[in-house]
Amino acid sequence: MSRYAAPGTDGALMSYQPRYDHWIGGSYVAPKQGGYFENPTPVTGAVFTEIARGTAEDVERAIDAAHAAAPAWGRTPPAERAQLLNQIAQRMEAHLEELAVAESWENGKPIREALAADIPLAIDHFRYFAAAIRSQEGSLSQIDEDTVAYHFHEPLGVVAQIIPWNFPLLMAAWKLAPALAAGNAVVLKPAEQTPASIHYWMSLVADLLPPGVVNIVNGFGAEAGKPLAASARVAKVAFTGETTTGRLIMQYASENLKPVTLELGGKSPNVFFDDVSAADDDFLDKALEGFTMFALNQGEVCTCPSRALIQRSHYRGFLDAGVARTEAIVQGHPLDTDTMVGAQASNDQLEKILSYLDIGQQEGARVLTGGVRAELGGELEGGYYVRPTVLEGGNDMRVFQEEIFGPVVSVTAFEDFDEAVRIANDTLYGLGAGVWTRDGARAYRAGRAIQAGRVWTNCYHAYPAHAAFGGYKQSGIGRENHQMMLDHYQQTKNLLVSYAPQKMGLF
Amino acid sequence: MEARPQGAPAGRSGDGAPARPVADGRTEPERVAVTPAAAELLRMLTGKHGPLMFHQSGGCCDGSSPMCYERGEFRTGDSDVLLGELRIDGVPDPVPFWMSAAQFAYWSHTHLTVDTVPGRGSGFSLEAPEGVRFLIRSRLLED
Repeated sequence: MSRYAAPGTDGALMSYQPRYDHWIGGSYVAPKQGGYFENPTPVTGAVFTEIARGTAEDVERAIDAAHAAAPAWGRTPPAERAQLLNQIAQRMEAHLEELAVAESWENGKPIREALAADIPLAIDHFRYFAAAIRSQEGSLSQIDEDTVAYHFHEPLGVVAQIIPWNFPLLMAAWKLAPALAAGNAVVLKPAEQTPASIHYWMSLVADLLPPGVVNIVNGFGAEAGKPLAASARVAKVAFTGETTTGRLIMQYASENLKPVTLELGGKSPNVFFDDVSAADDDFLDKALEGFTMFALNQGEVCTCPSRALIQRSHYRGFLDAGVARTEAIVQGHPLDTDTMVGAQASNDQLEKILSYLDIGQQEGARVLTGGVRAELGGELEGGYYVRPTVLEGGNDMRVFQEEIFGPVVSVTAFEDFDEAVRIANDTLYGLGAGVWTRDGARAYRAGRAIQAGRVWTNCYHAYPAHAAFGGYKQSGIGRENHQMMLDHYQQTKNLLVSYAPQKMGLF
Repeated sequence: MEARPQGAPAGRSGDGAPARPVADGRTEPERVAVTPAAAELLRMLTGKHGPLMFHQSGGCCDGSSPMCYERGEFRTGDSDVLLGELRIDGVPDPVPFWMSAAQFAYWSHTHLTVDTVPGRGSGFSLEAPEGVRFLIRSRLLED
């Protein structure tokens, strides 16, 4: 085991500034009303920096800067924008460990995940959209011999992006890379729970970005998020979060007749057919890891496989092995490279998880392991830790229907294919799902029958660029992580051109 | 599922939503209440923002939490259910508590108590800048 030094301490790879203002027009700008708020690390609960408390005036200033930058940026050749995205990726790769330390300290996630997933995926995302924009083609339609319809991609202009706190840098990359590739200027609001790591990222790449192309306004949703989402001067709003705020953002967008993309979470089923247990081999081992994936990122993942559906004919054996795998999880200091589960991102998140463990047991769910706050002691005493938890119950319980956003999986049994699909689809959401079987045809049929935007088949929690990601049902609108996301950040300009000298003959 | 009637609730002292009569003479059970700490926060927020409302969120990140807005900020519709109108001592207008009907289908067997915890957000809920967060505590309805 090795432990990375905490930011700002002896031997640390990076340090945070004691304060961050808003990044507007290529420089730091103090908040108009002068307010700041403290930003604690969930690792220990200690405050490590303070953040500008943005208000509508700051948002307006950022939108002004974005509008000043957007016309010239939107006219840059795709090759130039691709080059810039590749440079950002290169800069991030050169500072991968520093970014991972920053992210772990900010969010509480184990650094081994940040090193292996968050930061490499973010880097690759910039590279992917560099390639996507470089290779994007418009189209033309031959209407008749002398009439041609040309279709050009044009940027929207200035777009608003509201970033969640579970993967602060990766989710920012998912939104920034396509928006910038498409030629938009961005006003980005990080989550108030995790506002700092994006500023460390900006410190690495600021010199690459033309002033005003990326602006960061910090603050609370009610004070900075709302004026950004409600602004008539942004061409589009992209949001990852929950359903009520998603509806509110759509409501604001409807007032301005602007498009939105929304990613609003899920209650993803992870379906284990009985042939998974037909042999004690690598595949069974992989499936048990797939079961345990509910604990990835402390369960703070929109696609957390938080409902495990296990076929009754191998139910007890598979579940016992899954509980054993869960109990083997190493929980501890997020900056230890052996730690698999770190801290929940905030105190209110911790409290919400504990409230669900309570109602789940009131409803009759049985706690097979975990079920309590983890008291890790020492410097972690003030941090927000929950024991990875396996609950057993029925799909009508609230712990099977609501996103707990913690390291909690709710397990139930099914008899056959039809019941598996029925339970899997008995949810308001449809973002992710998992299907595990050695039978390719069964995997195909289950994957097509489950109403979710992504069905991991004999895998889970992989997020490669070039695989579309987005929700069915109440899980949202739009598809990220794929070149089709460019469509969400572009207008289509049609030039309908006549090359005929003759008049139409109507007048 | 149908949205519940929104008739004026019977008066009751103290904090919370009163039990409401329904058409066939039964009494609709109280579905939502507040803790003293949440009532105090609602008094403070009312002083700052005027009449308030709740809409229970679902989904990712800050989901599964009650969102507090200025009354009318969030537009409810036929897809929503009014669970109750919270009467808070010192707050002139009752605070309606809404949830989407689809979500209510999975929640209807539980009683909700709005509490507060120290926290950081979020969504666009009004209390986040105060360093606290509304939180739902649940119990099974007894009937």
